[in-house]
Amino acid sequence: MKYLRFGYVTGPLLGVLWTFVVAVTVAVAMSFATGEAFRPSIIGALMFGIPTGLALVWRGKVVIASAVLTVVYFVALSLGVGPVLTGNVSLIARVVAALFLGIGIGWPLVVYLRDLTMGTLTRHEFEDAVIKALKGFGYVFFTAIVVIPFYVMVMTSLKNQAELMQNPLDFSIDLSKGWGLFRSYVELMTEFNFGTYMWTSFYISVLTVLITLLFAIPGAYAVARLRFRGQATFSRSILLIYMVPMIVLALPIYIAFSMMGLRNSVAGIVMIYPVTTIPVALYMLQGYFRGLPAEIEEAGLMDGLSRLQVIWKITLPLSLPALASVSLYVFMIAWNEFLLAFMLLDDPSKFTLTRGIASLNSSEIPRQHLMAGSVIATVPIMALFLGLEKFMTKGLTAGSVKG
Amino acid sequence: MSDIGPPRGTGPLARTEARLAWGLLTPTILAVSLVVILPLLAVFWISVKPVSLADLRAPETVVREDLRGRPAAAGDEATLRYRLRNSSPTSEITGVTLTDTWPEGLRLAGDLDPRCEIAEGELLCDLGDWEGGYRETLNIPVVTEQAWFDAGADVEDTPAEVDGKASFVLTNGEFTLENFVSVFDGGEFWSVLGVTLFYTIFGTLGAMIMGLFASMLLNHSFKGQGILRGLYLFPYVAPVIAVAFAWILLFDPFSGSANALLVQMGVTDQAINFFGERPLALIMVTLFEIWRYFPLSFLFILARMQSIPTDMYEAADMDGASPFQQFWYLSLPQLLGILSVLFLLRFIWTFNKFDDIFLLTGGNAGTRVLTVNVYEQAFAVSNIGAGAAVAVVIFACLLLFSVFFFKFMSKEEGL
Repeated sequence: MKYLRFGYVTGPLLGVLWTFVVAVTVAVAMSFATGEAFRPSIIGALMFGIPTGLALVWRGKVVIASAVLTVVYFVALSLGVGPVLTGNVSLIARVVAALFLGIGIGWPLVVYLRDLTMGTLTRHEFEDAVIKALKGFGYVFFTAIVVIPFYVMVMTSLKNQAELMQNPLDFSIDLSKGWGLFRSYVELMTEFNFGTYMWTSFYISVLTVLITLLFAIPGAYAVARLRFRGQATFSRSILLIYMVPMIVLALPIYIAFSMMGLRNSVAGIVMIYPVTTIPVALYMLQGYFRGLPAEIEEAGLMDGLSRLQVIWKITLPLSLPALASVSLYVFMIAWNEFLLAFMLLDDPSKFTLTRGIASLNSSEIPRQHLMAGSVIATVPIMALFLGLEKFMTKGLTAGSVKG
Repeated sequence: MSDIGPPRGTGPLARTEARLAWGLLTPTILAVSLVVILPLLAVFWISVKPVSLADLRAPETVVREDLRGRPAAAGDEATLRYRLRNSSPTSEITGVTLTDTWPEGLRLAGDLDPRCEIAEGELLCDLGDWEGGYRETLNIPVVTEQAWFDAGADVEDTPAEVDGKASFVLTNGEFTLENFVSVFDGGEFWSVLGVTLFYTIFGTLGAMIMGLFASMLLNHSFKGQGILRGLYLFPYVAPVIAVAFAWILLFDPFSGSANALLVQMGVTDQAINFFGERPLALIMVTLFEIWRYFPLSFLFILARMQSIPTDMYEAADMDGASPFQQFWYLSLPQLLGILSVLFLLRFIWTFNKFDDIFLLTGGNAGTRVLTVNVYEQAFAVSNIGAGAAVAVVIFACLLLFSVFFFKFMSKEEGL
């Protein structure tokens, strides 16, 4: 490490690494966007990164660096050299790629290397630059791995089988088709009953939330507030319950439901789902109830309310945010649940959304339908999540002991 | 001498409180024991039973009754026929008896089966024991009388009742250790256990390291932090079935974008079958697990990170600690508690994970973990007993983990 701590070593080193990272990013992004052949080159990154790094340690301003690099990379792309290589792509694609490369390399690198000088660096300066570069890489990396699968999912659902086989990289969509783009969605809704599945999933999830709250609120209150023998043991064993894997329970439940004729019935599903979520909900709620000041409740008791009235009139209104978090979390679990729905439901008229998607997974059904189904299942939960992100995050953090 | 100390024992108020508490908890306890405890016990019971998927329906006696010979006028001969069958091909039914109302207007003509008798308008037959797959036809010769045609009745109007004691495999006294023998037999179990441990350990560690990295990215406030945080939670929030299929399509060997990209970039010459090759498939499902669950670790760690007081870092800065030293000597020790809790919880949950692997590979190509093995044994091989035996093994492992878990949890989080 000591030998790296010179401005004329650190600068070019970070320059090369960052140039390569951006080159890969731009190549992948441009390939996915246009379907044309872009590929990164290590030699190109070496050749272009070293001078860039050296120059930016020497001096550098964001605007100048980005502008110069954009021009350089435009020329390089046209000549077929540089960190990103490409065949014959259109002028627009070349301009866009050069812009991304110029700004993507120039701007962050100036920030990373701002405090460096040509000579010896202190450990602090050196590590600062490295950490900044690592963070930059982290943002790019995490965003890429999260976005790419969802991007592929949405774009695949808008294309057709022939287009997909021809060039698996070409995710550009033909806007001239207009509403025709959404053909697979329309087909899912009309021919595959996805409207019904959505409705089934929705009301099963809502029922699950209601039943869970009905059971968990009194239970959580008792564990959090009331003194009784076995209270400590109880609050611990709640956690133990969701250490039990679902598949272990699914087997006897399957047998029992087969014998009782509850398989293939929504009632059976509604009986099972809440029980899988009650322990989580109870655990989350009791944590919140404990945090509420007991004095308010005691005041209520002194004023002549009974315990149940105290819960209804004081505790519940105070814990509305927690109830929202728990409800969202439980809704998410029920909406996303796959295993039980898969094992217990065989009748297409009673499918939930996840079970419906599983039934699309066959070689006869084109895969844009499968992806359209996935989008249909994902969008509502994402919308809920983004709209109520604060509650959701809180719920996830509190309940994330459950997988 | 009267006792004037403070009251000892439980007073009436405390008792009322305890009673109320149990009252509030009863619904939960009932529901949980019905759906969790009872099935758990059932799994233990099934695991020592020789039961397959086909045995799930209890053996039943099936009877069909008809009048043969097409009698047209009074005095015609006909045959009253009972076709009897044991619905189960394997299980025995003992002490079978048949009772039926003797149809009015029919007269017995000839010999009655020695096992049967007619008394007070009732036909009674004692048919003894039926082994699995038993079939019999009981023919009773009759002569029709005018009353039969007057009534215009049919023999099926009064359904014949057949009773017998079926020995149902789930409730009888037959036990076997065959299931456990077949689970541990043939070395397959150890490879499954090895795969499970690889998946669990690397999946958990990977998700935690990624989570740690991601939470360091978002630990300072900047514009767009909220959006980025929301975005990074997507893999966890989306339905598993949707993201699993997206991965399958992305890494498809024939028309997957990932392969096209790799070929185009010159990383590989020919398409890679990511989910179909050993040991690549196992690495891929582990990567999927890491991808899907890093948001959870990230949420946990970020929450803890934001509660570390900043003046510690300021002090470290003054003392000349470099950024890496600050991370190593300050942040990590502060996060150790949450990291160990997280590791234990995620370890158990990854161990229990079923959906992900089942959807991605179906347990093929060397990715069969214990939970998938339960499903494979019970439904693919149709041997429910063996499936339950694997489930018992899983449960035993979990008990072992729980001991560790409680030791740590009670120390770290004060649960």
